[in-house]
Amino acid sequence: MMPNAEALYRQMYKSRCFEEAVTQLWNDGHISAEMHLNKGEEAIVAGVLDHVTDGDALALEHRGTAPMVMRGVDLAALIKEFMGLEDGLCRGMGGHMHLFSQEHLAASSGIVGAAGPAACGFAFAAQHLRPDKVAVAFFGEGAMNQGMLLESINLAGAWSLPVIFVCKDNGMAITTRSADVTAGDLCMRAEGLGAHAVSVDGTDVDAVWHAARDAFLRAREGNGPTFLHATCVRPEGHFLGDPLLRIVRKPVHELKSKVAPLMKAATTRGSSLSERAASLGSIVGMLGRAQKIQKQAASDPVDRQRQRLSISDVERDELELAVDDEVQRAVADAMSSLEARS
Amino acid sequence: MKTMTFAGAIEDVLMKAMSEDSRIVVFGEDVHAIRMNLYAKFGEMRVRTTPISESAFLGAAVTAAMAGLRPVVELYMVDFVAVAADALVNHAAKLEAFSGGRWKAPMVVRMGCGGGDGDGGQHEQSLWGWLGQIPGMKVVVPSNPADAGGLMLSALEDEGPVIFLEHKLLADYWIDYLADGGRTNLDYDIPEAGIRGQVPRAWEPIPIGEAKTLREGEDLTMVTVGVSVHRCLEAAEQLGNAGIRAGVIDLRSISPLDTDAVCTAVAKTGRLLAVDEDYRHFGLSGELAAVVLEAGIPAKFARVCVEDTIPFDRRREAQALPNVPRIVEAATMLVAA
Repeated sequence: MMPNAEALYRQMYKSRCFEEAVTQLWNDGHISAEMHLNKGEEAIVAGVLDHVTDGDALALEHRGTAPMVMRGVDLAALIKEFMGLEDGLCRGMGGHMHLFSQEHLAASSGIVGAAGPAACGFAFAAQHLRPDKVAVAFFGEGAMNQGMLLESINLAGAWSLPVIFVCKDNGMAITTRSADVTAGDLCMRAEGLGAHAVSVDGTDVDAVWHAARDAFLRAREGNGPTFLHATCVRPEGHFLGDPLLRIVRKPVHELKSKVAPLMKAATTRGSSLSERAASLGSIVGMLGRAQKIQKQAASDPVDRQRQRLSISDVERDELELAVDDEVQRAVADAMSSLEARS
Repeated sequence: MKTMTFAGAIEDVLMKAMSEDSRIVVFGEDVHAIRMNLYAKFGEMRVRTTPISESAFLGAAVTAAMAGLRPVVELYMVDFVAVAADALVNHAAKLEAFSGGRWKAPMVVRMGCGGGDGDGGQHEQSLWGWLGQIPGMKVVVPSNPADAGGLMLSALEDEGPVIFLEHKLLADYWIDYLADGGRTNLDYDIPEAGIRGQVPRAWEPIPIGEAKTLREGEDLTMVTVGVSVHRCLEAAEQLGNAGIRAGVIDLRSISPLDTDAVCTAVAKTGRLLAVDEDYRHFGLSGELAAVVLEAGIPAKFARVCVEDTIPFDRRREAQALPNVPRIVEAATMLVAA
C-alpha cells in the first residue's frame, strides 16, 4: 500500500484553502471570539485521515477544522457553524471548538487533553460493536502535560485499545514554550505508559502517512495503541490574533500601551535587579521566538507536497481551481444564509 | 480618589502586596505573558508559568499554601476548573475542617468567568454556585474596579482558599486576548462603570461576605452579582420610568452570602428578583429564595438566570444571558402578581 500523492495534496490544499476563507471571515468579524486553525498541520491530518474508513472514530480538540474538512463534512455547514447560524453543522450551538458529526463518529472538545479519554471510549465501543475499527485522538504537545491524556494512554495500553494518539508538536503550549514546562521525552513517556511510539516530521505527509499506516494496522489487528508524534510549525500561532504574533507583526501599535507599565514594573522595587533583567530578557526571547515562527513557515507542508506532484501543471491547476471553486461556493452559501437571517 | 480599570486595580493591589510580602507567588498557564508586568517586576521564581496541568498545579497550590507560601493561582477560565476540581473540592476546602481548625491554606484562585464574548458554552460559564456550594471555600465576584481591588486585597489577606472570579466583560484583557484578537469590528455589551471607575487613593480590604446596596427601592429587591449588577441598574432605571421602584443589591461575594442584607431589603419590599448569570437550577438564585424563606419573610420570588447551555451563536447567547429586557419583564410581572 502506497500513498496517493495527488489525493493527499488535494486534501491538504482543500484544508488550507478553506482555512484561508475562514481567516477572511474572522477578520471581517463574521466569526466571534477565538479561532484555532490547523494551518501548518495539514500534512499530519491528511497523512492520518487517509487511513480512516467508515466506523473509525475521531476525537478532536479545539482545532478540529482540518479533520472535519478532510473527513468530508459539508464545507458550508462548517462555515455556518463557525458563524453561529441555525443551519450550521451543529445549528450554531457549538462553534468551531465544539464540532460534532455523529455519522462520522467525530466529536470535539475545547478542553485541552479531552481527546484522550474520548478516543478511549470510542475505541472501547469499537471493541464491542465495530471489530477492526479504531479511534484517533488529535491533540497538541501542550496537552501531553494534562493528566487525563496521560491516564488515557495508560488505559489504552492496559486494555489494548485500538487508539492512535496523534500528537501535533509545534513546540508551543498557547504562548509558553513547551520545552520550558515539559520534562523528559514525549515518546519515551508514551512508551512508559504502554503505547508503541514513533516520531516523524509532521511537515512531510509521506512520512506521516507511512507511520500512520503502521499504527492503523497495529490497532486493527488488536495490538493496542500507538503514540504518533509529529512535529510542525503553525504560522498563526495558537489562534488567529495570537497576542505574541500580533506584537511581532505590528509592534508599534501593539506595544504602545504595554511598554510604559512594563518598564515601570521592571525598574521599580521588586525582585533583585538580576532577576528583573532575566525576566525582561525572557520576554524579549519570547517575542524573538514568535518572530522565528513567522520565518519557519517556509517549511510549509502544502508547498512541500505540491513540489512532489507528478501530474502536469495543467492538471494541478485544474485540481486547485476545482477546490477553490468548492470553497468559494461554500462561502457564498454561508453568506447568503447570513443575509437571509438579518 | 483616582480612576483605574478593573484589570488595573487588581494588578495594582497585587503589585503592592507582592512587594510587601515575599510569600505571595503567582503561577498558572501563560502568566509570563498575561501578567507580563508582574513577571518583569518579580521574576521567574515568583511569577511562574505552568504546564497545561490544572490538576497538578492547583493541587500543588494547596500544599504550597499549607507549607507557608501564599499562592495566587491562575486558570484561564472557571470552565477549566472542572478538570482540577479535586484540588479545590476535596483538598483546599477540607483542610481547615479536617485539621480541626489547626491548619489552613491561604490561597487565591483567579479565574475568568461569564459570557457575552461569543466564545461558546465551554468557555463562558459562571459556575460560582457550584463552587460556592462547597463549605470551606470563599467565592467573590466583583462588579467594578474598586470592589475588584478591595476584594483582591481581602483575598490575599484571608487565611483560607478564596476563589476570585473576573468577568470577561469587565477585565479588558480577556476581550482583547480571547475575543477581539486585534480586531475592532465586533461589539460587546460592556458596562462602562464596570471596566473603569474610581478607586480609593489607598487600598482598603473589602470584607468578603459583605454585599452592597446600590439602589434603594420600595417595590422590589433585585439581588445580583458580576456583570448582571450593571444590567439590573439599567433595568431599575427603566422600571423607575414606569413607576416601579426597584432596589439593587450587589452581593460581591457568593460565599459567604450576605443573608442579612438580602433579608433586610426583602422584608421591606416583599419581592425578591434574583438575577444570576449562573445556571438557574440548584444554584445561587434558589439559595436566595431559601434564605428568605428560612428567615420567615413573606415574599414573592422570581429569577432571571441562564437556563441552559450557552449557545455559541451571539444572538442566542445574548438571549440566554440575563439582559435588561428579561429583567424588566420579570420585575414587572413580579410587581403585578
